[in-house]
Amino acid sequence: MAELIIERIQAEPSEQLRNAYTKALRNERLDSAEGLLLLTKGDLLTLGGLATAVKARFHPNQKATFLIDRNINYTNVCRIGCDFCAFYRRDAEADAYVLRNEVIYEKIAETVALGGTGVLLQGGVNPKLKIEYYEELFRGIKERFKIHLHALSVIEIEGIAKVSRLTLDETLKRLIAAGLDSIPGAGAEILADEIRLSQSPVKRHSHRWIDVMKVAHQHKLPTTATMMFGALEGPEHIIEHITRIRDAQDETGGFYAFIMWTFQGQNTDLLKKNPDMRSTTAAEYLKVLAVSRIMMDNIPNIQGSWVTMGPKVGQTSLHFGANDMGSIMIEENVVSAAGTSHVMNAATMIDLIHRAGFHAVQRDTYYNTVREIPLSDDAEAGGASADVHTPAHAPSRTPSHIHDAGLSEASPIA
Amino acid sequence: MNHENSTWSYRAPVRYRDLNPRPAPTPSLAQSKAALEKAASGARLDFDDGLALYTHPNLFELAAVADSRNKLLNGNDVYFNVNRHINPTNICAMSCKFCAFSRKPGEPGSYVLDSDTISKRALEAWQSGATEVHMVGGLHPRWKLSDYQEIIQAVKRTAPQIHVKAFTAVELDWMSRKVRMAIPELLSALREAGLDSLPGGGAEIFAPYVRQFICDTKLTGEGWIEIHRIAHKMGMRSNCTMLYGHVEDIPARIDHMIRLRELQDETNGFNVFIPLAYQPENNELEINHHTYGVDDLRTIAVARLMLDNFRNIKAYWIMMGPHIAQTALHFGANDLDGTVVEEKIANMAGSTSGTAVAKSRLLDLIRSADRIPVERSTTYAPIRRYDDPSGDATEWSAEQKLASIADQSKSQPRPQSQNNSKGISEWLN
Repeated sequence: MAELIIERIQAEPSEQLRNAYTKALRNERLDSAEGLLLLTKGDLLTLGGLATAVKARFHPNQKATFLIDRNINYTNVCRIGCDFCAFYRRDAEADAYVLRNEVIYEKIAETVALGGTGVLLQGGVNPKLKIEYYEELFRGIKERFKIHLHALSVIEIEGIAKVSRLTLDETLKRLIAAGLDSIPGAGAEILADEIRLSQSPVKRHSHRWIDVMKVAHQHKLPTTATMMFGALEGPEHIIEHITRIRDAQDETGGFYAFIMWTFQGQNTDLLKKNPDMRSTTAAEYLKVLAVSRIMMDNIPNIQGSWVTMGPKVGQTSLHFGANDMGSIMIEENVVSAAGTSHVMNAATMIDLIHRAGFHAVQRDTYYNTVREIPLSDDAEAGGASADVHTPAHAPSRTPSHIHDAGLSEASPIA
Repeated sequence: MNHENSTWSYRAPVRYRDLNPRPAPTPSLAQSKAALEKAASGARLDFDDGLALYTHPNLFELAAVADSRNKLLNGNDVYFNVNRHINPTNICAMSCKFCAFSRKPGEPGSYVLDSDTISKRALEAWQSGATEVHMVGGLHPRWKLSDYQEIIQAVKRTAPQIHVKAFTAVELDWMSRKVRMAIPELLSALREAGLDSLPGGGAEIFAPYVRQFICDTKLTGEGWIEIHRIAHKMGMRSNCTMLYGHVEDIPARIDHMIRLRELQDETNGFNVFIPLAYQPENNELEINHHTYGVDDLRTIAVARLMLDNFRNIKAYWIMMGPHIAQTALHFGANDLDGTVVEEKIANMAGSTSGTAVAKSRLLDLIRSADRIPVERSTTYAPIRRYDDPSGDATEWSAEQKLASIADQSKSQPRPQSQNNSKGISEWLN
């Protein structure tokens, strides 16, 4: 019934908007003016329908993926001090910490026992931790576990290079040699300097984040890209962010997923400085998600955020352009420090995906299939989902979209 | 499109799947598509169509048809109201498995509000701009007719013009048996005391196989319908609800909607249909999760299409959560309920939405969904359109609000919505 979306587009009185919708439906690239038009004037449901159509080009098999991994925040000491962050501490503060390696290994062992395939290791820019610390830790992890190591944001890598007096190239080379498999796209926040510099001055200009990512891609280190919105930016900044990442992706092809979430205010300086700030509503979040899916014609995976928006909206996001529900997040300290805390386990995640109308697929960090739990496999009736086992699966060095150009999925379930 | 491999399914929780003695087969994809086309044509949908719509695999398409229907009826307007909930007592002779509110007499935490407290709360409500008091409570084992009349009179003494919407059909049935009065006489006596309309609670799920399981001692579905029929025929308006997301299956939901639609055909006395999302905490049912977001949205969309003789479908944010209630405004809902001041029942069952939402937040929810907030009265007369945010700070008193309704009805008589037994297309013409 593709005619329903066409009917809806034809009923739109604005010609400009009609044209932008039509381009999206025809799989043509939208420029930033068109993106801005969709974001500011577009109809939520029409955008959801278009995003679903765009998503189908990448993911034709009615599947939604999720990941079992653990966020391990190895330190909360950070010299940056972003206004929107409730997690960081200064070195001298009483609750500042650096986890001992043994504690990290123990957490990873628990993750593996829960069927996890990866760890996301992130902390702060801690000036006391030099590259040797990371090399020892990464090697220690890789010696002990067959697990995907998704670690360190751009700002942490720059910090390591600086305190270790190394170039960015040398730093990346050594980290990869020690076991780094991919870099999370965190710290992108909003890649529009007007906003970015006012909230995290030390994080520096937007092009710097992109430059570091490009260097990582040159080292064949795949990364994700993220966006945090709902923190005083305007719609034009969101579009600027999306097009900057799309441009970089045209050059390198190294981003395998785009992940967005909304600013969580509690305990942050940004909220203290702007007490009247409103929080992003579901309709706005879903619209940004849908427009991102429509604009991002060169990144295969878009993640919905159940962590910041809650499981109900997270589930709904699968109908507004997202093909992935992200991680069940065995441990997440940063968002819960800002007052958002939702509990999730694999069975609940599978149930959410099924109840949204999709086959559930546990993936690894690179979006390779770990196991499939088809819709017919009833979670509650004690099907495969109830049995969260350690998958017989070795982490792969290649993201799935590099295997198969991101457009075909190897083994359709349906 | 990619969504066409298989249909969406919502099965009742596994341990309750054998409750339905005649489970319906899952509709085929072809049936889902045919039902959606039928809905888009405006034809009246039957039971099988309802099942097929519910399982339509493409959420966007289901939403698009429901949204178009809603736009025809209500444009971009989204209603809210300013009211106050007063729960006069939580002492209840009944034990519904899904209820976290009720207490037995003498049980710790049980309470009865005295008249002065009720009067005081009503006055506060009126002074803060509320046009309605919503009162429901437990089935008190010893109250007499005069106790019930006093509850209403206590409100009207201090706020004579405020609309009193009180007593579910379940409470009325209880009173009728306790005070030995037939429903028509009882309703007359309560109206004399000041009762203006009936809330929609206590409907739960009408289908006997579900009702017997979750609230076996409660008024039957037929009884609930009959009490509303009597009220409507006496010229009173009422609301209706459906409690979903617990042990019921989809056929039970469709059956419920059809029974309400039939009474609406007969009386046209319902203001609005309100699906109530089940709240999992502190009750006896072993269903420990909130409703699913996609299920909430489907329920709103299907209700909008099945209930072709209802103008208003409410996404009750307290139970659904503000995020999904807001999203539901694109799935056929045109009402968010309101700035409720006191809501103990959902709160005790672990509703995560909090109990009072500031008007500014409500306006923001509606506007950021690209809709226009309109404050309404209990019976859905528009009071004030908030189409210009610069005027938000100007507060209207409850007197001004009532005057606004009176003005509008003088200058522009509100079209009496017609009985619609033949489907929406003819109704709209």
